[in-house]
Amino acid sequence: MMEITPRTARQWSRLGSRGIFGQAILSVAEDHPELMVLSADLGNSSGLDRFKAAYPDQFLNTGIAEQNMIGVAAGLAKEGFTVFATSFAPFIAMRASEQVRMNLGYMEMNVKAVAIGSGIAMGLLGNSHFGLEDVAVMRAIPNLTVVCPADCAAIIKTVEAAVAFDGPMYIRLTGAANNPPVYTEDFAFQIGRAIPLRDGGDVGLVACGTMVHVALRAADALAEQGIAASVIDMHTLKPLDGAALDALAARVPALVTVEEHTVIGGLGSAVAEHTAAQPDRVRHLALGLRDAFVKTGQYEYMLEQEGLVGPAVAERVRAFLREERT
Amino acid sequence: MAAFMRRKILDVSYTCGLTAHLGGGLSMVDVMAVLYGHVLRLDPKTPRWPDRDRFILSKGHGVLGFYPALLAAGLISEEVFATFQANGSALIAHPVMNLDLGIESSNGSLGHGLSMGVGIALAARKKRAGFKTVVLLGDGECNEGAVWEAVMLAAQLGLDSLTAVVDHNKLQSDGESRDIMQVGNMAERFAAFGWHALEVDGHDIDALVTAFDAPAPAGRPRVIVAHTIKGKGVPFMENDNTWHHKRLTKADHEAALAALTARGGGEAAATEDAP
Repeated sequence: MMEITPRTARQWSRLGSRGIFGQAILSVAEDHPELMVLSADLGNSSGLDRFKAAYPDQFLNTGIAEQNMIGVAAGLAKEGFTVFATSFAPFIAMRASEQVRMNLGYMEMNVKAVAIGSGIAMGLLGNSHFGLEDVAVMRAIPNLTVVCPADCAAIIKTVEAAVAFDGPMYIRLTGAANNPPVYTEDFAFQIGRAIPLRDGGDVGLVACGTMVHVALRAADALAEQGIAASVIDMHTLKPLDGAALDALAARVPALVTVEEHTVIGGLGSAVAEHTAAQPDRVRHLALGLRDAFVKTGQYEYMLEQEGLVGPAVAERVRAFLREERT
Repeated sequence: MAAFMRRKILDVSYTCGLTAHLGGGLSMVDVMAVLYGHVLRLDPKTPRWPDRDRFILSKGHGVLGFYPALLAAGLISEEVFATFQANGSALIAHPVMNLDLGIESSNGSLGHGLSMGVGIALAARKKRAGFKTVVLLGDGECNEGAVWEAVMLAAQLGLDSLTAVVDHNKLQSDGESRDIMQVGNMAERFAAFGWHALEVDGHDIDALVTAFDAPAPAGRPRVIVAHTIKGKGVPFMENDNTWHHKRLTKADHEAALAALTARGGGEAAATEDAP
């Protein structure tokens, strides 16, 4: 158990998503001899170097062969191992998509597919390495639980919850080093349960992954202009916490989803699918990455370019609310 | 057992009234008879017995060679067998994982089974369990690149409790394999990847038994390349790829049974000991 305090949250933030994922795995391994961690030759890039050294028998580099990695993970899971299979988001969610479908979806093997560096955190490595569409693909597969934790503390909580969770899961890690902290003290985390972070009656911001922090910054900016925003961390994209969403929608005139994923098929779509049939459905603005392979640069530059920073989100929310009034 | 299985294949294909993968089902019958009659350690009374040998039908369309073996081995009943391809049945045109019926995995999409077999064999080693893992592949299926990813890892890990069997009937959905994707010598290809490779006439029961029983070198996975004939046992289906996936009419059914009987295999009982 890794204790969450303002100090550890800052330390973890510097380590970033991958580093803290490796630490979280290391931390749970002690109590889980049935744990196996697989990598398609990206162990060190996935923060797993210390795990490899400490638990060499519970680590397997399957070679640069993600499709086989998912099948091997399923075979191990079938015989009672709890398996974490790791790679970069597109290499799992798309390169090995059908292996995920057959083994994790169809056969419900107890494999946690972990997508390192999803969203646009890979920056200058380019679109080949981005997780732009991974949620859309993974969310469409039956039986798969899809989780996208907000910060390093939430990654720890997710890993702890995933080890205890008997079933297939896609864990999407967004953010890089210096991942801003959202949680600085212990908090209740349950797969499938959204976490309300701020309460305000003028607009509801629903976010996942790195965009939870951005939504909080946007809420700050909106507050300065007298707009009170609710913010919820919808870390589980599937199954979506419909009850939390309904409760939020009942309190606000408009919802805004914010995600580091294309606006097609991700959190915005999941929310829209949930609310579409409701007779008094709330207005909804879906913010995310454009449906494009954009020119790349450093991560922070790209977030600015895509308008996925607090002030830009706040501005778009204000514009959306103004439209509503006229 | 092989003769019993062939008869069952023809009967159930006819009674279900639908198209079925006859050619590839018939080509693997003798291999399956040897596996389920001789090689695999299974307990039909305890289908989930932890130490049972694991069999994965990677060429998932080969169910017509699989379900009759499960029937002959006592893992499924005649009643269940008779539901083949009925609406909502547990026995459809590709295997659906069902441990109580002896079906270890869901397949249908090609090139998945060997990866799972590698994971199972690795798990057996880690748990110090004594069971074997056998994966049946089609030769057409070996067009899939993921097969070779698994082949490489199995050799890298030295998984000697893993056996792959290739049903090498030289035909695939659209025609002759050599015209579609050149394979060269299948056994040599596996050997080049570090596997212990054997070649055998896939319709010679004694030769198959000898191959499966032969001592294999430690530290290497093993492949048995079974040279087979698609549609084997029914003369008008043999090497005729129109029977890859086709419906059996009443006349076809009668003619096929007559051909089986003429070859002396049509009346064999399920209870015979030898495969």
